[in-house]
Amino acid sequence: MTIRTEPLAGLAQRAPRGWSLSTWLDRESVFSWLMMSLPILFLAGFVGYPFFYGILLSLENRPVAQPGTFIGLKNFITDFHDPIFWQVAINTFVYTGAATLLKMVGGLGLALAMNQNFRMKNLVRAFLLLPFIVPTVLSTVAWMWMLDPAFSVVNRLLIELGVPPPGPSWLGNPILAMCSIIVINTWRGLPFYGITLLAGLQTVPPELYEAATIDGASGWQRFRFVTLPLLKPIIMIVTLFSVIFTFADFQLVYVLTHGGPQNATQLFATYAFDIGMSAGQLGLGASVALAMLPALGILIVAMTLYMRRA
Amino acid sequence: MVTGYGPLQRVLRVWLPVGFFMLVALLPFYWMAIASLKPNSELYNPNISSLIVYHPTLKHYVDLLTQTGFLRWTWNTMLVSVISTAISLVLGSMLAYPLARMRFAGASLMAMAVAAVYLVPQPLLFLPLADIINRLHLGNTLTSVILTYPTMLVPFCAWLLLGYFKTVPKDLEEAARIDGASRLQTMRRIFLPLCTPGFISAGIFAFTLSQNEFLYALIFLTKSSVRTVPVGVISELIRGDVFYWGQLMAGALLGSIPVAIIYSFFVEHYVAGLTSGAVKG
Repeated sequence: MTIRTEPLAGLAQRAPRGWSLSTWLDRESVFSWLMMSLPILFLAGFVGYPFFYGILLSLENRPVAQPGTFIGLKNFITDFHDPIFWQVAINTFVYTGAATLLKMVGGLGLALAMNQNFRMKNLVRAFLLLPFIVPTVLSTVAWMWMLDPAFSVVNRLLIELGVPPPGPSWLGNPILAMCSIIVINTWRGLPFYGITLLAGLQTVPPELYEAATIDGASGWQRFRFVTLPLLKPIIMIVTLFSVIFTFADFQLVYVLTHGGPQNATQLFATYAFDIGMSAGQLGLGASVALAMLPALGILIVAMTLYMRRA
Repeated sequence: MVTGYGPLQRVLRVWLPVGFFMLVALLPFYWMAIASLKPNSELYNPNISSLIVYHPTLKHYVDLLTQTGFLRWTWNTMLVSVISTAISLVLGSMLAYPLARMRFAGASLMAMAVAAVYLVPQPLLFLPLADIINRLHLGNTLTSVILTYPTMLVPFCAWLLLGYFKTVPKDLEEAARIDGASRLQTMRRIFLPLCTPGFISAGIFAFTLSQNEFLYALIFLTKSSVRTVPVGVISELIRGDVFYWGQLMAGALLGSIPVAIIYSFFVEHYVAGLTSGAVKG
């Protein structure tokens, strides 16, 4: 927070003695809280209340459109004994870890490639960001077509290159399906990583590279000991953002695989949806969604503290 | 950063990697576009090259616009995006201004709370929200999404604007205060008009996020007449195991156009917002 130290001398002298509504309203704390009251009420009603209501739901047996009965931690015990739940947990961690790593490495590559002088750089940057701005569901539809079992464009190219037909079943094989969603998530998120890191790269003073070169540093050493340490804060922020929202991803998997085959790509969010909405067990679904909270909570607290420090 | 390569080195160091990233980023859009222009006989023929259209046709587009509710979905999406963006900018600046400018007890706690709320992902809230929307009898109304989209957009706009507001010099506001303007007048008449670039950045992002939103729309909107484009495309152009590929591609392409147009006009603001460290990815 910025701290304002200079006093408003002129104002203080003119302030009338005693109490009046307008001076009261002009007090910093009164003005601030009044100004913030509407958004705070809104967020309390539509984020705070659902959040705690979700915790309550997770403690109830609650078939859709029926009153719930309090059953304590039974939903969580059910989750604990549900093999699919543990598969979902593993899937989510694998998906988040692999996609984040790919985005980080690829994004760094993209940023380094873009951090050179060439013509039409802004135009290239605008096009590179397209995967990130186009609605996920719509671009995922294009990927679905590219990976379709019968008409896959990717497979046709592979067959022309000599792979025996019909080629790999991208969405039908559990491991390939996981690889597919990781690749598509990376495709969508990589430009965001790259362009953010590019902005970071552009703030590195050229003198540092010159000094390092004079000291005899190789290209790799300049990258390792000059670029990387200076980029670290940005890499941290982008990565934490990316991890949080990859961890809680829904759209891509829902559209592409619905969590299949045999739950091989089921994530917390899609599994909670299947149980809570499709199967109509609101309480059990809420407990699956809440199971994300410990991991997410640690990330969110770390991120908030980090952002406050930055 | 380094200049003076020969032409060959230049191709290797600049255009090879940049070209690779361009190819990867744009190829899916190319396939989307050509598939939407192919007649079904070409679309499902394994014996001809998939990279070229031999007999381009607009049939899928015509079918999409006349036989499905696509135009209705587009209208709904635009309406919802514009209203929730407007709400979020207003509420967001009401949060951001005091946090950026005023000294009061609890300010830093509030700033942290805003950041934390922004980081709460939708899947944590959608089941309780579904029940709440049900109880408010808002199912299948656009109001349901207009009310729920700002839950993610308000903290986001507040966070982005907070960063922007802090970069604006205080001189003008102080001058206005000395001239006897109240805090509200100072904020509305002096400060906010200075912040147009910040509002454009936040507005484009909020608009893009609303166009992208899927989970709430999927749950709250089950009637065709109130659906948004992503939900309409997914639930009505895929029926069971039948995929209307041509129309799906045409819908995906047309549905991306509003965002792409806005983005192309404001790309610099978009990048500025992106690199301010407030955007999730």
